[in-house]
Amino acid sequence: MSGWWGVLRAIVGREFLRYIHQRERFIAALVRPLVWLFIFAAGFRAALGLSIIPPYQTYITYEVYIVPGLCAMILLFNGMQSSLSLVYDREMGSMRLLLTSPFPRWWLLFCRLLGSTVISVLQVYAFLAIAALFDITMPALGYVTVLPGLILGGLMLGALGLVLSSFVRQLENFAGVMNFVIFPMFFLSSALYPLWKMAESSPLLRNICAANPFTHVVELVRFLLYAQLNMGALAWVVVSTIVLSAIAVWGYDPARGMMKRRSA
Amino acid sequence: MSSGLSVSGLEFRFGPKQALENVSFEVPAGTFCALLGPNGAGKSTLVSLLTRLLVSPDGAIHIAGYDLQRKPRAALAALGVVFQQPTLDLNLTVWQNLSYFAALHGLPRNIVSQRIDAALERLDMRERAHEKARDLNGGHRRRMELARALLHEPKVLLLDEPTVGLDAAARAAITAHVHDLADQGLCVLWTTHLTDEVRDSDHLLVLHQGAILADGQAGAIRGTSSLSDWFLSHTGAAA
Repeated sequence: MSGWWGVLRAIVGREFLRYIHQRERFIAALVRPLVWLFIFAAGFRAALGLSIIPPYQTYITYEVYIVPGLCAMILLFNGMQSSLSLVYDREMGSMRLLLTSPFPRWWLLFCRLLGSTVISVLQVYAFLAIAALFDITMPALGYVTVLPGLILGGLMLGALGLVLSSFVRQLENFAGVMNFVIFPMFFLSSALYPLWKMAESSPLLRNICAANPFTHVVELVRFLLYAQLNMGALAWVVVSTIVLSAIAVWGYDPARGMMKRRSA
Repeated sequence: MSSGLSVSGLEFRFGPKQALENVSFEVPAGTFCALLGPNGAGKSTLVSLLTRLLVSPDGAIHIAGYDLQRKPRAALAALGVVFQQPTLDLNLTVWQNLSYFAALHGLPRNIVSQRIDAALERLDMRERAHEKARDLNGGHRRRMELARALLHEPKVLLLDEPTVGLDAAARAAITAHVHDLADQGLCVLWTTHLTDEVRDSDHLLVLHQGAILADGQAGAIRGTSSLSDWFLSHTGAAA
């Protein structure tokens, strides 16, 4: 069994080393949510009235409302970033090196997924720390209870990245994918506005938001930040993770997946 | 149970295009086998099939006696590969690159250090272990990839156009080194489109339009003409 553990440690370690060699990536990943938090939210708070909805027990400012959505946004961007680096790896050849390991492919992919999730989670905590410096805080226990939610959400969005990387053939096509995945996922969710607010303008949009797995990552994180578990969101995220992982493993299957189409 | 490489009745199609047609050959242990073919002959497809990046429903591949289809793990564990594209992480050190690969092959940690030390010693690169791969020249990177492919002590070594982008001296050095490895008992499959990398005593396979055109000792195949002329007249491609 030590071999399996060794593979996990090596792949996660490599992701981590690669990450710390890219300081720009770290800064970009941190600046993005901070811009939303300090500029967008500051401007938007006046326009949006929030009522008291669970898990909040009192009136909250818009900045507080938006924090879980921005945590999930970090996970989303990181999942896409890791997908991008998978496509890059494939063009560069290091993917071949990974896939010729004698360990089963699903395990190699899982290790890769976990590696990118670890990095996402570290970034979320860095973001939460900066927000806390500016007095946007959560209950102390929430910082602990949110961890499993972040890991699960990171795995789900990382699996989405794996799926995309198995279907996108070239690096150049990636910008389009980002636009078609990241923005609809983010805006059609409860990250920026509560669903009841969305329902006021369009019940259809509200229903689309409610079916968006990203909404459930946001809600899972939101409740866990207040040390509460939203079972519905948890179920959605777990099922989405399983489905996306299964598609990713299928996409990377040597008999039918991406390699065949790519070489064609 | 052969300890070399055996391919039988291998077929592969990309949609309507037949990329490989009934490819069969054997490379015993201790043999340097050159797989010569012009661009587009199907070499890359064959390499993808041998490394299980692709899987074919027709035909069989045995690596060191293990069926790649039925026992992929055992077969891949016996296979060392040097890919045509560079596969080093340029931002990681020489040591990190090697230990990453060793872990991917499930080598225990205590063995890994010894093997990496020994490999770097052989390459005369021990003092460069903590330099980034980016700082190595092309020849050193290739030699390192070769050393890496041998870390798990494979029975079969597959090199896909390993001399692409190297200067003449580095090319000659790596060709000679791999011939030595074959003399020591390794089964080597070396793909190339350059006839000057093939020695008369080598086992030669010529792949043309997805099929094996010639299979035998290089000297016997070329007869009295040079291998380059022979190759040109049989494939219509300059080599």
